[in-house]
Amino acid sequence: CANGFADEYVSQKISKTRWRPVSHSSLQQPDIFATGSWDNEDNKISFWSIGNNGTTGMDDGFEGDPQLLCEHKHDGDVLDLQFLDQDRIVTASSTGAVTIFRHHQNSQTISVSQSWARAHRYPCDNAPCTGVVCSSPEIVTVGEDGRIIVFRADQEGVVRVIENADSSTIHAVTYLRTSEILTVNSIGQLKLFDFRQQSNSPSQILSLSGDRVPLHCVDRHPNQQHIVATGGQDGMLCVWDVRQGNTPFSLMEAHSAEMWEVHFHPSNPDHLFTCSEDGSLLHWETSSPSDMPSFLQGGRNNSMISRSAMAPAGGNQSLINAWLSGDSSKGRLETTHMLPSQTLSVNSLDVLGQCLVCGTDGEAIFVNRQVPV
Amino acid sequence: MCQTSAGTHLGFAWGPGDILVYETLYKASGCPCIHEVRKDEDIYSPILRKLFNESHHIFVGLQTIGEDLPSKNKKPQFVSISKNYRSVIRACMEELQQVSILLAIELIWNLCEVLFIDAAPAGSLLLHLLDWVRLHKADVDEKAREVLQSESPAEHHDYWNVVVSYVLQGRLEEARQMLVKQATLQPAARSMYKLMDTLLSKMPFYNPGGTQTLTEFDVKWRHWHEEVDRCLQDNSFASNKHLEVICKILVGDEDTLLEHKDLLSTWYHFLVTRLLFCHPTVKPTELHYYAQSCLTMFLDSRSVPEPLDSILLAAFEFDIHQVIKDCSIALNNWWFVAHLTDLLDHCKLLQSHNLHFGSNLREFLLLEYASGLFTHHSLWQLAVDYFDHCPEFGRVYLELQIERVPLDTERKALKVLRICEQRQMSEQVRSICKIMAMRALRNNRLGSALSWSIRAKDAAFATLISEKFLQDYCARGTFSDLDLIDNLGPAMLLSDRLTFLGKYREFHKLYGEKRSGEAAKLLLSLMTAKIAPRSFWMTLLTDALPLLEQKEVVHLSFQDEDTELTKVELLRLALARNLARAIVKEGTVEA
Repeated sequence: CANGFADEYVSQKISKTRWRPVSHSSLQQPDIFATGSWDNEDNKISFWSIGNNGTTGMDDGFEGDPQLLCEHKHDGDVLDLQFLDQDRIVTASSTGAVTIFRHHQNSQTISVSQSWARAHRYPCDNAPCTGVVCSSPEIVTVGEDGRIIVFRADQEGVVRVIENADSSTIHAVTYLRTSEILTVNSIGQLKLFDFRQQSNSPSQILSLSGDRVPLHCVDRHPNQQHIVATGGQDGMLCVWDVRQGNTPFSLMEAHSAEMWEVHFHPSNPDHLFTCSEDGSLLHWETSSPSDMPSFLQGGRNNSMISRSAMAPAGGNQSLINAWLSGDSSKGRLETTHMLPSQTLSVNSLDVLGQCLVCGTDGEAIFVNRQVPV
Repeated sequence: MCQTSAGTHLGFAWGPGDILVYETLYKASGCPCIHEVRKDEDIYSPILRKLFNESHHIFVGLQTIGEDLPSKNKKPQFVSISKNYRSVIRACMEELQQVSILLAIELIWNLCEVLFIDAAPAGSLLLHLLDWVRLHKADVDEKAREVLQSESPAEHHDYWNVVVSYVLQGRLEEARQMLVKQATLQPAARSMYKLMDTLLSKMPFYNPGGTQTLTEFDVKWRHWHEEVDRCLQDNSFASNKHLEVICKILVGDEDTLLEHKDLLSTWYHFLVTRLLFCHPTVKPTELHYYAQSCLTMFLDSRSVPEPLDSILLAAFEFDIHQVIKDCSIALNNWWFVAHLTDLLDHCKLLQSHNLHFGSNLREFLLLEYASGLFTHHSLWQLAVDYFDHCPEFGRVYLELQIERVPLDTERKALKVLRICEQRQMSEQVRSICKIMAMRALRNNRLGSALSWSIRAKDAAFATLISEKFLQDYCARGTFSDLDLIDNLGPAMLLSDRLTFLGKYREFHKLYGEKRSGEAAKLLLSLMTAKIAPRSFWMTLLTDALPLLEQKEVVHLSFQDEDTELTKVELLRLALARNLARAIVKEGTVEA
């Protein structure tokens, strides 16, 4: 397979792919990932291995074809999936349920550890749960019903519910700090909620000054808690500094259709990855900045234009702020198409170490074990 | 036909994915019975799903091959694509247990690739046919492995079968290697084995890339053929019946070939072997004659050939349309004929003859296939690309089908919408957005409803949503979903009512921030701009009360008749007072 990708057709449309976390102490590359399917009469969650542990030496990136370890039926579309810890995942379902599954490594089986059916709901109907994020043992979910719910694994009921947190659908959620979350919704707003406060109102609301384009994904910079990237219906990549007011720092045209996921690389945050309904997966890379940040377009020939809404504050530019200046002039910001050819929508991606996994509506999973980061 | 217990007679007919049941005029008789009928479920098999997905990828790639290249330059690409399709079939075959239909499909496709797409000329033609036969007769290698792994291969009961099979397939090198083992066991017959080895090693094979012309090869081959014949006449192998048989095969003796029907197992193997040893320079146009006669000779016990045989025969006769027609009838899924016909069409091999309802063969088959896909709860997305490449009716089909995709989640609706928007199917866009907006409204998700209206640029619906907000306000005295109204942005302009809502909320904010002057100006402009709904005028005027410096702020509901009057009274009073104040102020002369 070209470009170092191994592909595998899996007879189910993949909605989510996530690497199992590797312990920080070990220098191992990720080995196991979980996937969730959607749009099937019988949806599934599955665990796969790419056989990284046990292989020695530098093979070609594509020798590790994903092998199915085990799978389990899932009620409803898997709209989001996160690893709670090494053995457990949490899923958000289109039925409104939030479920914890446990992967038994010895027997390669999966069992339902805990389930909150109809956590998200309308009075007379199901409301899909659209996003889940966890910081073990705490789990936060959001849904089409505009609710934010906080759970604790191993506790039966819910810890806290923020009713009517949003009058539109909340599409994604991420932690900013241990007690602060950020949500994005279908009228283009980012909302910060502080759990330390009694009030159910957001502590801050940010949005683009133009059209209310629905936002679908959000990810926080791994080292800087105030920097987030978002993507939405128009395929634009926005990088925000939540301290600095109401508009994003950079707006970059990324995709020609909905951007479904955006991820900073967890250990090399100069690298960012986005995937989209238009069937492409982009790898964004900033290089080290010069002393004079310039934020006008640099005249690159690819379709990417970068505009910066405001000058970054201060003189000394750190590496992180390279994202904020959003400069596309030579050497500052590079974008590469990662997948070898156009596919149906790439719904999900995850990147850890040197490994990237993504899933598509063409019922294929792609794994790359030599991502240049 | 089945009956219901009520005594009516029902008939049924298959649709693309459903079954239509209707009452007939017949009288019911006998006892009621319903037979459960299941349509073939290959579309639902997970392994075949891989076939559908992978071939979709190849199909889309094929459609985009540059139009600028002349046909003959594209041939290697088409051959490569044909091989891709076949490798996908083979990959599925490896996983599926019920393999026979895929085997048949791959066999037919391979032959079509050789004859139509690659269109090998005389010389290469036979070589390709040899490859074709070898690929589909894998049991020889299994048997050979078994023999070679035994203690004494030359004495294995299958030994000679393997050797003869190798010869029949023209794998002479391997035959020679096997024969060596026998030769060592029979030192007395060494010279005989040496002779056979020589004959086998000297058989000429045409080299398409070489400098030798076909005529030169033909000459060489005839010399060799004569030599073999001489050995036969000289009875050089008379003392060893096995070697004698091999010699007869090499000379192309039909009776000997037919004696080994069990090793050949198919008439087309017989055909290729016969050509190999009788007429290796066979021309494509001569094939059908040999094919027909071989079929007849081989099938003497059975009178009727099987469907597969007719299809292959039609291929040898270069009757592409007959091949497609027979395949459509014999196979219960449109996948094969649709993709093969599409590829052949790209190779410009199909005559454009119009079918009676106006579209061409390729498009008809693709439409049938894609319509079948569309009934699948998940594979419908693949069908979209197929419809895209049917220039005459594809769009119409898509428009009809896309509206029937169930929209269980917003995520799915967004994907369907994107498909419609990319193809400027504005009717469908509006319809889908309206469905989603209505659903959101029913669940009181006003923000979501507004989001859908914005996407569809549906002013009417935006008005509806605004009405709901305003009703809410009148009922409760406060706004719900402030996060939405406060942040409408340019969406406010979508409808007058929405603009009014946004501005009205702004008025309340200004008033709340004690910026009475600006609040008053805004309120005035709201009244004069005439974008306020009639039912709201009273509310607006009531809101004016505190600005007219009324001491109490009055919020009354609209149901009570008396309160109406009271309100009007209060208004009159306030306006009168204000007028008085204004007159006084006007009239005051600055000192």
